[in-house]
Amino acid sequence: MPEPVVRLTSVAIPFLEDNIDTDIIIPSREMKGTGKTGLAAGLFANRRYSDPATRTENQAFVLNRPAFRGARILKAGANFGCGSSREHAAWALHEWGIRAILAPSFNPIFFGNCVRNGIVPVALARDLIEALEDPVTVDLETMEVNGHGFELPGEARQMLMLGLDPIALTLREAPAIAAWQQVDRGLRPWAWLD
Amino acid sequence: MTSLFDRLWTAHEIRPGLVAIDRVILHERTGAAALTSLAAAGRRPANPAHAFVVMDHIVDTHPGRGDRTLMPGGEAFITETRAAARAAGLTLFDIDSPDQGITHVISPELGIVLPGLTLVAPDSHTPTQGAFGALAWGIGSSEAEHALATGTLRVERPGTMRVLVTGRLAPGVTPKDLALHLIATHGARGGQGLAVEFAGPAVTALDMEGRMTLCNMAPEFGAFTALIAPDEVTFAWLSGRRHAPCGALWEQALADWRGLASDSLARFDREIALDATDVAPMVSWGTSPAHSVALGKPVPTREAAGLAPESFDRVMAYTGLAPGQPLIGLPVTGAFIGSCTNSRLSDLRRAAALLAGRRIAPSIRKALVVPGSQAVKRAAEAEGLDRIFTEAGFEWRESGCSLCFYAGGESFAAGERVISSTNRNFESRQGPGTRTHIASPETVAASALAGAIADPRELARA
Repeated sequence: MPEPVVRLTSVAIPFLEDNIDTDIIIPSREMKGTGKTGLAAGLFANRRYSDPATRTENQAFVLNRPAFRGARILKAGANFGCGSSREHAAWALHEWGIRAILAPSFNPIFFGNCVRNGIVPVALARDLIEALEDPVTVDLETMEVNGHGFELPGEARQMLMLGLDPIALTLREAPAIAAWQQVDRGLRPWAWLD
Repeated sequence: MTSLFDRLWTAHEIRPGLVAIDRVILHERTGAAALTSLAAAGRRPANPAHAFVVMDHIVDTHPGRGDRTLMPGGEAFITETRAAARAAGLTLFDIDSPDQGITHVISPELGIVLPGLTLVAPDSHTPTQGAFGALAWGIGSSEAEHALATGTLRVERPGTMRVLVTGRLAPGVTPKDLALHLIATHGARGGQGLAVEFAGPAVTALDMEGRMTLCNMAPEFGAFTALIAPDEVTFAWLSGRRHAPCGALWEQALADWRGLASDSLARFDREIALDATDVAPMVSWGTSPAHSVALGKPVPTREAAGLAPESFDRVMAYTGLAPGQPLIGLPVTGAFIGSCTNSRLSDLRRAAALLAGRRIAPSIRKALVVPGSQAVKRAAEAEGLDRIFTEAGFEWRESGCSLCFYAGGESFAAGERVISSTNRNFESRQGPGTRTHIASPETVAASALAGAIADPRELARA
């Protein structure tokens, strides 16, 4: 499980382009191994490198500016993380060091992938994000970013703050699940293949 | 007052925030990670009979293929997924299986998806299967592990949208065009996070393959999922499929499924109305499916496209286009027919009808037809479609996701302009720097013949 996130302060990388898809976050060809690690080098590969094959850095790309190396917060545009459901996008961002993303809106699958991997997805109006001055503090206790309130649905906040294992949590509800299944086998026998 | 989505959600809600999952489908691109991680935590699939594993994302599509694939290191994804699937006791549709194919093509073919089920897969195009009146959505690998281990997902109830499509699609206008029209009109986040039900006479008039194409594009609309109420067309399509119920169970299922519809007074959080008669064949011009226009219209101005100056400039630089430039007649050197959007038998038939007795332009460097499944491939070959394609100059491949995306193996070239029946025209999606224009299989066929983006209706009239 990822380490808990309660409060973090960092410079924020401004990358406010709308509709950044997960192919841009990590191109498929950069998903080289079957595991969840070794992905940071492929993060934004087509933007970050002028030649991805030789890893020659594109100095114009914002992640490569000295001020943002080591930054933990990303300012992003609307519909961030659209496209492929690849969790590698969240794994690569986390491995590079990102722990919070501020965006006007997120793709729903990517949003869930962030929560499960210790990245706080913060939905804020674009003008607020643009106006935020460094350093930026994301605080899950007060649910504020530099004094601006934000919301997280359901148990996402708890998951992030406590670094919980959702499978372990759900397995505690095994009796309720089993009871539901027993009723369902009677109601929908056609839905059961075993 | 109850919507189809409400019925499905309520029927699966164990408690608010915890939903029962009836089917899980993994694929080799992420299946090994999910299954290995599950096993490493000492966990096992709660119900192996309800989990399936597919080889589709990075398999080679050349005839005579084996585990070797053109993607560097790709073989490990295949062999590790196979080993993990066997160790977990899951049904595997392996590369050499007669059932192999793209997840969202073979699941319906085999009756894995059924009306009234919840189905998840670590693949964003899983809403394709909502065409059967199932609640089907895409998830990440961690959620796939959760669904396997517990038979449930912890998930917030999404909001709802109805897209009501009146009228009828004109001849030569396809469900792909309808989907692109919707996304171009309402944007790549028009359905952000919502469960979108497609309804209305133009939708019920579609066959199952057309309904799947329409639902397939819902992720490009930002939707949580897509749904179409099942009807007699759905039931006839599913009858006799391998994992569909039979006998008395089929009759009971039918009785249940006939209740799967939205009440006439059902409430939705958002409603969109479209008139299908307004839809023309569409083609994309930019790097999002929302960047699409009716064939015959030029590249829009920045203002018409509704993009910020830097975004529009980036799209123009990437695509090598300029506002006002005509799209019809724009030279293409690549053509692709395939993907979970448009690789089913009817897609291939309609493309082949335009290609029969003709040759693609000599300027086309690479033209592929990749059937969605081995079953589609066999059926197409039985009708002689493979010969029509190869005699026209297309390669005829084994089934898989193929050049819908570039995984490091086969690709179109940098800067190459490609007409493609796929769902995403993202930057570098089909190869580093490749300029993808998405459209219907008919438009791909007509454009391959012309060596430039072309209107298939003119060819059909010729």
